[in-house]
Amino acid sequence: MPIIWREPNYDPFQELAQLQRRMERLFQTGFGLEPLSWRGVYPLVNISEDHDHVYVRAELPGVKPEELEITLKDNSLSLRGERKIPAEEKNVNFHRRERESGFFRRVLVLPAPVDPAKVEAACKDGILTLKLAKPEEVKPRRIKVKAK
Amino acid sequence: MTEKELTPKVKEEVPAQAERVRPGRIFVPAVDIFETPEALVLVADMPGVGADKVNLDLKDNNLTISGEISPPLGEGETLVSREYYTGDYYREFHLGEMIDRNKIEASMNDGVLRLTLPKAEKAKPRKIEVKVG
Repeated sequence: MPIIWREPNYDPFQELAQLQRRMERLFQTGFGLEPLSWRGVYPLVNISEDHDHVYVRAELPGVKPEELEITLKDNSLSLRGERKIPAEEKNVNFHRRERESGFFRRVLVLPAPVDPAKVEAACKDGILTLKLAKPEEVKPRRIKVKAK
Repeated sequence: MTEKELTPKVKEEVPAQAERVRPGRIFVPAVDIFETPEALVLVADMPGVGADKVNLDLKDNNLTISGEISPPLGEGETLVSREYYTGDYYREFHLGEMIDRNKIEASMNDGVLRLTLPKAEKAKPRKIEVKVG
């Protein structure tokens, strides 16, 4: 009699379903080589933090600060605007046209709550930086170890 | 104006050539190139590059544009989530036209480089009149 090793409650179909989910995720993430960016929404953002602040950055070359509308509600941040490419004179011939214009809107949920009263936005060299202050209660606190 | 909604693009990396001294990635900037009767104009998106960090080189008929970005993160910051990579920019063009090197103009605004390359006298189009005979 062949010996089949079995776990209690072993369901081979469940295992298959799990494999399928993992394969799907692998394809979505491009086999781990690139982030999920092409599935994202314009503009792409990088989020970083230090002790007191959360920083949200986006590459928006040629977008003027006055063409941006930034709103913050609880911890969802909304970025709206339009990237305009000024029209050139009439008698020009284009050889290449790779830059794109259009409008964008994006809502993103911040990884930590922020203080809505303390938000700074700056545009420099085509990069938007939002500096959001962390409220006191979420700041990491140093715990002192008492020596006996 | 335009009703088009922008979609994100993954930045194209420059194929590896000789190894560089500065570590990091290098990307191909998106460009618009157009021609007026007087000049060739090149507009390139190079977010993160300051006006003093752009390098332009015109040798023979090869135009090279490159830009170094300022540090993408402030001091003491750690990255929490990444959707785009940051790095320097590099792109090379072969110009078919004769360019007047002394009149090249370049400006950098909000991460957009605009380069005006005036055509040399002999390269300017001349209207040829057809005589009715």
